[in-house]
Amino acid sequence: MNWRRDALLLGAVIALGVLPWVGQPYTLRLGTFACMYAVLAVSWNVIGGFAGYPSFATAAFFGFGAYAGGIMLTRGYPLAVAALSAGAIAFAAAVVMGAVLLRLRGHYFAIASLAVAEVLRELTNSATELTGGGMGLNIPFDAASGGGVVGEATYYFRAMWLLLIVTLVVVLYVQRSRLGFGLACIRQNEAAADMIGINATLYKSLALAFSGVFVAMAGTLYAGWVHYIEPPDVYDILYAVKPIVMVLLGGLGSVTGAVLGAFAFLGIEELVWRNYLQIHTGMLGLLVVVLLLFLPQGLVSIGPRLAIWRARQRREAPRGG
Amino acid sequence: MYTLQILVNGIVLGCLYACIAAGFSLVWGVLNVINLMHGSFIVLGSYLAWGAYNTMGISPWLTVLIAAPLFYAGGYLVQRGLLNRVIAAPVLVTLTLTFGLDLILNNAMILAFRADYRSLILDPPLGTIAMGSVVVPVDRLVAMLFALVLTGVLYLILRRSRVGRAIIAVRLDRDAATLMGVDVKATNAAAFGLGAGMAGCAGVLMALIFPISPLSSTAYLGKAFVVCVLGGLGSVPGAVLGGLLLGLVESFGAMAFGPEHAVTLSFSLLILFLVLRPQGLLGKRGFE
Repeated sequence: MNWRRDALLLGAVIALGVLPWVGQPYTLRLGTFACMYAVLAVSWNVIGGFAGYPSFATAAFFGFGAYAGGIMLTRGYPLAVAALSAGAIAFAAAVVMGAVLLRLRGHYFAIASLAVAEVLRELTNSATELTGGGMGLNIPFDAASGGGVVGEATYYFRAMWLLLIVTLVVVLYVQRSRLGFGLACIRQNEAAADMIGINATLYKSLALAFSGVFVAMAGTLYAGWVHYIEPPDVYDILYAVKPIVMVLLGGLGSVTGAVLGAFAFLGIEELVWRNYLQIHTGMLGLLVVVLLLFLPQGLVSIGPRLAIWRARQRREAPRGG
Repeated sequence: MYTLQILVNGIVLGCLYACIAAGFSLVWGVLNVINLMHGSFIVLGSYLAWGAYNTMGISPWLTVLIAAPLFYAGGYLVQRGLLNRVIAAPVLVTLTLTFGLDLILNNAMILAFRADYRSLILDPPLGTIAMGSVVVPVDRLVAMLFALVLTGVLYLILRRSRVGRAIIAVRLDRDAATLMGVDVKATNAAAFGLGAGMAGCAGVLMALIFPISPLSSTAYLGKAFVVCVLGGLGSVPGAVLGGLLLGLVESFGAMAFGPEHAVTLSFSLLILFLVLRPQGLLGKRGFE
């Protein structure tokens, strides 16, 4: 909880806003994905990093936001209204869902949160009149986006970038608030936190809600941006796992780490996609395995580890010579 | 009218689900690791049966005997080489690690076999048996018997064999087991190997009934989850009960609400059970 580091992070993210003036559509696309991934990672960090609950509900929030917002977009509501409504519904639903599911711990909570996405996907699949079912949902161009390839790319980049800034401000505030302190207590020892008067159920539900609200909004923006969504795409379990990998890349519990992890992940993913299309899921798996086995504290731990290694070398060198 | 037929279908399906889930439940209950590779192991078993039958003419019933030691060895090595390193880490780490391994395995299968569907068709076909108004395909019936025998063998291994008792001792109290001279690392690997062996054998049986594709692995994994939660972790009888329950719920649910809602129904049941009775119907601590 370093003020200077957080200010630096916010400044760096705000500086990303110059991208539309210097970038081509491809860089804008990458930038939009970078902001979206960062929103997902920072959000997951609230429940997974602050509270220490292994949630796999990110895919459920994302898919829900994409469909709820996407349906509103097809009915002609503006993007901001659609995203805000999707976020609000997701927040309320998460508080209720959290009160029930967060009584579970460990594996059981992980499985239950995973099952939520499965149920939502099947419901979306079968509610054909509303969602288009397995045929997917076509979302028309938004008049406000200014039209044209570059105009649209700029519009959705700005939207996603703005969402990332809002997410960061809120999550950084949560981290410093009473809620953040309570969540840290819960992560360290839930029974003790209960004993000293922290309303664990409420706090955990709020954590789940904060980990869902911005993801749902990102889902809406994504739906508007790609113009076509289908259940297996937006409820993909990879949307639940990728944020975890990003946070682990950056270091569990740190907001800066989550953002850096998301950017690093996108870079790796883009390289793999470009060069090894056939085996890109396998390469993602390899990244996960190597990360967990050799760098469980994330990329930020490379520095200290190197320092330890060097110190050991230095200590042993004279003995050897 | 068709109630009896649906009942029989549900029971046949349920025995196969029990076989799918028994190994998964063993690994989860003993090692406290959710093995997300379980579904891919099953699919790999199906490919083994398909390849053995179509290239060498080995009957799937014999392939079960080949699959068991092969998958046991594979599982043993995975646990020994990779999972034992993180066995004490939090849930998130073990879960994400097996997810990563599953991505690799599934991608390898897509490269090797492509993502299209194949099926194993016995020549000559085994036909069907009719008992009154109830008709059962013979291949399903034999597969069900094999599934029951395999699950029974697992039960006997855990109850009677030395390694089985060691597995249960480690589950009940790791430290005490170490003090009694049990090699915990080898026992963990044996437990994971048994789980993988069950998955491989179940895959061989599935090849006779369902189309084979790397994409079916998540469906199998989902079934294993639901069965474990319904029946309760930690016992072979729990897996059998959970499997039968899921088979019946899916069969009758498909009749009542339409087959497209079968998955929704089973996952809703999963969440309901997790919330109301997370220990399952027969759940207990330890694996007996």
